[in-house]
Amino acid sequence: MRRARWAYGPFWLTYLFLYTPIVVLVAMSFNAADTPYSWGGFSTSWYGELSGDEAIREGLVNTLVVAAGSTALATVLGTLLAVGLARYPRLRVLAVLATLPAILPDLILAIGLLAFYSAVRATLGLHSVLLAHTVFGMAFVATVVRTRLSHSDTSLEEASRDLGAGPVTTFVRITLPTLAPGIVAGALLAFTLSIDEFVIAFFTAGPKDPTLPIVIYSMVRFGVTPEINALATVLLAVSFTVVILAQRLTRLTDSLR
Amino acid sequence: MLRISTATIVAALALTLAACGGSASGGAAAPDRLDPSADLAEQSLTISNWDKYMPADLPAKFKAKTGAPVTVTKHVTNEEIVAKLTAGGDSGIDVAFVSGQFAQALNEQGLLEPIHADLIPNLGNLYPEATRLAYDKGNTFSVPYTWGTTGLCYRSDLTGYTPDSWNDLLKPRPELKKKITMLATERWLMLPAQKSLGFSANTRDKGQMDQVKSVLVKAKENLLAFDDATFGDRLKSGEAALAEAWDGWCPTDRKDIKFAVPKEGSDLWVDTMVILKSSKNKEAAHALINYILEPEVHGWAAANILYKVPNKLAMEKVDPALVKSHPHLAMPPGDLLKGEGLVDLGEAAPTYTQIATEVAAKK
Amino acid sequence: MTAVPKDARTRAAGRARRPRAEPLVLLGPGLLYLLAFLLVPLALVLSYTIFKRGRFGGIVHEATGDNFTRAADPLYLDVLLTSVKLATMTTLLALAIGYPTAYVIARLPARWKTPALVAVVLPFWTNFLIRTYAWIVLLNSEGLVNSALTDLGVIDRPLGLLYTDGAIVTGLLYAYLPLMILPLYSAIERLDPQLAEASANLGAGPARTFLSVTLPLTLPGVLTGCVFVFVPSLGNFVIPELLGGGRTIMVGNLVRDQFLKARDWPFGSVLALSIVAVLIALLTVQAWAARRFSGEGDHA
Repeated sequence: MRRARWAYGPFWLTYLFLYTPIVVLVAMSFNAADTPYSWGGFSTSWYGELSGDEAIREGLVNTLVVAAGSTALATVLGTLLAVGLARYPRLRVLAVLATLPAILPDLILAIGLLAFYSAVRATLGLHSVLLAHTVFGMAFVATVVRTRLSHSDTSLEEASRDLGAGPVTTFVRITLPTLAPGIVAGALLAFTLSIDEFVIAFFTAGPKDPTLPIVIYSMVRFGVTPEINALATVLLAVSFTVVILAQRLTRLTDSLR
Repeated sequence: MLRISTATIVAALALTLAACGGSASGGAAAPDRLDPSADLAEQSLTISNWDKYMPADLPAKFKAKTGAPVTVTKHVTNEEIVAKLTAGGDSGIDVAFVSGQFAQALNEQGLLEPIHADLIPNLGNLYPEATRLAYDKGNTFSVPYTWGTTGLCYRSDLTGYTPDSWNDLLKPRPELKKKITMLATERWLMLPAQKSLGFSANTRDKGQMDQVKSVLVKAKENLLAFDDATFGDRLKSGEAALAEAWDGWCPTDRKDIKFAVPKEGSDLWVDTMVILKSSKNKEAAHALINYILEPEVHGWAAANILYKVPNKLAMEKVDPALVKSHPHLAMPPGDLLKGEGLVDLGEAAPTYTQIATEVAAKK
Repeated sequence: MTAVPKDARTRAAGRARRPRAEPLVLLGPGLLYLLAFLLVPLALVLSYTIFKRGRFGGIVHEATGDNFTRAADPLYLDVLLTSVKLATMTTLLALAIGYPTAYVIARLPARWKTPALVAVVLPFWTNFLIRTYAWIVLLNSEGLVNSALTDLGVIDRPLGLLYTDGAIVTGLLYAYLPLMILPLYSAIERLDPQLAEASANLGAGPARTFLSVTLPLTLPGVLTGCVFVFVPSLGNFVIPELLGGGRTIMVGNLVRDQFLKARDWPFGSVLALSIVAVLIALLTVQAWAARRFSGEGDHA
């Protein structure tokens, strides 16, 4: 296979483009000066400030509650939906409907839900964000699980039924385990998307319970202290660790197999 | 078949819901009877305020004093908190900090509890001028927290002269082009043009607003940015040389940064505290406002966010050294009231929004 | 042919044992949820377009066509056009650097593929707003890009990089580039390298091979990537706000402002509808292109 030399320039450019801002963020989080425009020496004081910041801590807790709750709900609903759609492939309209929240711009979903909550006079709070995040979470779970389904073999389910197992038993003991990797992947996707989701949360959160992205938005608009950079660095470090661990884990399970 | 029936159901549901939403409650109901001897420790408060706009230890101290726990939430803009307060069910907020004209709008929707003056004896600490504010004469539904005016904040070393007119901002000297910022929020976006043309800051006249628009469209060409939040940093770094600024936000602690009220006149803005009608903790809410009006507590705003407070006792206690480095703090209430008080625009509000949009969209 | 009767038999047997309640149990909860939290909200927004605004937000139930006449004002059409232009520029740029990147990754030795892909997605796991903020630090006149260029002697005065359309496109590109690279990667990965070799052996030059073999076969990935980048770019309001300095607004800002600032929900709904209209047009084009492409595949 011939090397595509033409492609290497843009390839390196992509990584340069993606990582320059990251490097700047990390470097600035250790900047003693409180303006991002000059270097005032090395300092870790912003991390201390960050750990004592009540608003960020509350935002983080709220975000985790929303992400966990909406992921749980989205996983159940999305998995059932995916299995149902695979068994009744003639309902194509429904399949389109189920993926719609994943393609729809977040802003459209956000104003729709705000209008909806307002029309039914619902109180806005964490629950309204949680229910809103479930909408797109479910779409992503359903999509991922359906992809898994299309590659999976239905003969086991049939065998189970032929051997006299009831539909619930078959679903729990055969269908779910076969789909497990897809379900886990879908749930992870829904969780990740919920954690970073800003627009829908901004429209549907009550004034009392901002999620972390909303807290960050209010900080970024007021010009940023290096505290934000410290937060970014921590988030990066956490996701980096998670990725490395996940990779180790898959390698481990692969070698055990 | 399926598609049609789904669509019908959805449309029917939507229309029903839309119809339900129409019957908004409103009108000023008779004020609740409040119990002056209510046990405050039984109540708990949630306040919504701008970030860093009151002492961080306020909740702890208020709880120690009254037993009522306080939760603080933050909003970024007036519009944001008003949208949340008007969006639907109970917002869960007891006390909100909003600018005067927004308090007026909330009150007109019947969302605010009248202020029970007998529960707030510290109202007597306020300047007499603080009861003559255009949006709420006599403080019937709001209590002023901070007040001030809008003007020019500039780097005297970079401008090379002393700006004293809104036209320094709108029609800048060539060397200042692209080194100027203006406030982005509608009312203050319009203010320089309105005042330079000699109009009211509350004008509802269509013809006047058209003139305002064309002035702003021309001014935009020479702007660095519309900026509500970071113009102070930009002036410090030298990225900007002249900015439209609220008095308290101009970093005059740097010797080369100065603040001036333009000769054409300016506004009087007031940030207020209001109590929501939906609050179930109205006695504690009044007690909180009373606590904030204590000179030591209220004076915190002057000493830390460098905003003037309408509290006579609190202003008298401000460190003279601070007043020296921030001369605007010495502005007497009488002078402040010469600025035009901003009020809610009612039916003219969409015109302002549309002009702001047109200015922003213009290339 | 032998498979058919067996297939039919098992399917029939399977269906016979499936309880009637099954579709209801499997599809019911999800569809009900979508009805309540997706279809009704969207229908509400659609119905709002014909009503009048309440003075303090909300809706007055009097039918009017004013919202549409207002939106037809050149001003708003201009904003929509600007938004489409910026989103298109972002998409094309993402394609221009994303395609070669995905190509190289797909041809890397197996052990390098995953790290290279993870490295593309990793910045995604810091907060979206913080990532955008980083560009303010980089682009402002006292910022790193300007000082680097000045130090290198490329320029003698700082360039006004921030608060321009270019800054907005940069921010959008930074936010959504991975969404272009991932689908392109999976399309290119599936491609059989022998096809390109065959084409080369038959005497086609690299450009010809790319245009007549590689590109058509990866077109579905290209289309998916373009939709993934274009859609969130078009509706964005945060990036124009932070990086555009309020000097350029996009249709997303208009919608946000009508709902949260001006409290004019009916007009905001009409503007939102214009976003949806652009997207439907785009998806139609995409479906058409995909169909045309697969049609050609059948002939070949």
